[in-house]
Amino acid sequence: MQKITTDALVQKAVELLNNNTVSYVLGWKKGEFDYDITPYVFKDEKTLKEEFIYSDFCGVNLSKYLVAKTKELAGKILVFLKPCDTYSFNQLLTEHRFNREKVYAIGIPCEGMLDIDKIKLNLEGISSIVETKEGVKVNTLDDKTIELEKQAILLEKCKNCKSKKHYAYDELLGEEGDVLDNNRFDEVAKLESMTAEERFEFWQSQLSKCIRCNACRDACPACTCEKCVFDNPNSGIENKSPANSFEEKLFHIIRAFHVAGRCTDCGECSRACPQNIPLHLLNRKFIKDINEHYGEFQAGLEVGQRGPLVSYTTEDVEPSDVFNKGE
Amino acid sequence: MQITEHKPLIVAFCCNWCSYAGADLAGNNRLNYPADVKIIRVPCSCRVNPMFVLRAFQKGADGVIICGCHPGDCHYTSGNYYARRRMAMLFSMLDYLGIERERTRVEWVSAAEGAKFSATMNDFVEKVTKLGKNKRLEDLRCKK
Repeated sequence: MQKITTDALVQKAVELLNNNTVSYVLGWKKGEFDYDITPYVFKDEKTLKEEFIYSDFCGVNLSKYLVAKTKELAGKILVFLKPCDTYSFNQLLTEHRFNREKVYAIGIPCEGMLDIDKIKLNLEGISSIVETKEGVKVNTLDDKTIELEKQAILLEKCKNCKSKKHYAYDELLGEEGDVLDNNRFDEVAKLESMTAEERFEFWQSQLSKCIRCNACRDACPACTCEKCVFDNPNSGIENKSPANSFEEKLFHIIRAFHVAGRCTDCGECSRACPQNIPLHLLNRKFIKDINEHYGEFQAGLEVGQRGPLVSYTTEDVEPSDVFNKGE
Repeated sequence: MQITEHKPLIVAFCCNWCSYAGADLAGNNRLNYPADVKIIRVPCSCRVNPMFVLRAFQKGADGVIICGCHPGDCHYTSGNYYARRRMAMLFSMLDYLGIERERTRVEWVSAAEGAKFSATMNDFVEKVTKLGKNKRLEDLRCKK
């Protein structure tokens, strides 16, 4: 598959800006380093040409930004969507979170995004990162060059990519990909096969790292409530001091439960987590359970889907039977 | 210091139309069930937010049981069907996090089943007592 270049995207965006199809461009903006890229709303051709970028570090899912931006800005917004972002895009439309009329979506191919934290594990003092065919070449401050293979430094969410196919767009740049076979539930199954003590140990060690920064909530495209239960000062769970206690578990169970059936498994929670907690494993557990007990379901395949937790059948499995499998 | 047997704290969410009346019937019929069970009346089993269950544990419950009308008999037609899916997911998640699965249960008890209510509670309390204190879910900051 031909890789899409930053220039091609800028050219398209400038064209649409100039013929007044759109007034704004939601994309990724260069940062101080090659890897610190932020979502940004571009308003004119000049900044687009100077600062727009699409590289291996554009892991951010732009769908969620549409919720705020379509309300805030008067004109039409151009947004670039990677395949997995289109699921979130559809899911947000299903939930009536933004006006489709105000958005011009362009689907762009993605070959997996990189995790800077994983690169940093291998070396110190990055001066620049150059993309190569097999991965990246990292130049360090002490004039060394280190080559890293792509598979080893992919974001957690990209390691088990579920699809290269776009489910929503007005226009597609590059070639359309396919839905991929993936083994994204393997890690969940591995945890399930452990004993309760081992599972508890695992999650205790992971979730006790949580600093309750709420990044997972804020990055999640499914978490778009304007009033969140975790912002309630009387909830008794907003305390910030990290303690090896039930509070973190309660937060993460509720966070995952609240998006159960709506989570598209885009993996933003794990990407955003500054503590590198594998939060996607909680969401995937729900997806796996839903698939097993209520039939295969992928959120965001089309607009208007009814989620599995807001519907039922009279023959549903009893809660006690959910446990009894396997043992 | 005298070592006393651990008395569990059980929270039972009972739907107003079936299970709560079932508990009432158990009382009228002089059927025993342990005093460790604290009943919270809810309008329907689907009123039970997953947060209620977790908060109960956080505040020191050793077991949580949710009782509702039998599937098909919901006063509001379909509330317990939703509750069934929700609680199946929630309890499966708790199990995934390594919480003992005997600490949670969903049971369907109708208004005519006082005996079932009493038997269920006796059984549940016995199992939770065996598990002992709920160490995995306690939140020290919620302790008095």
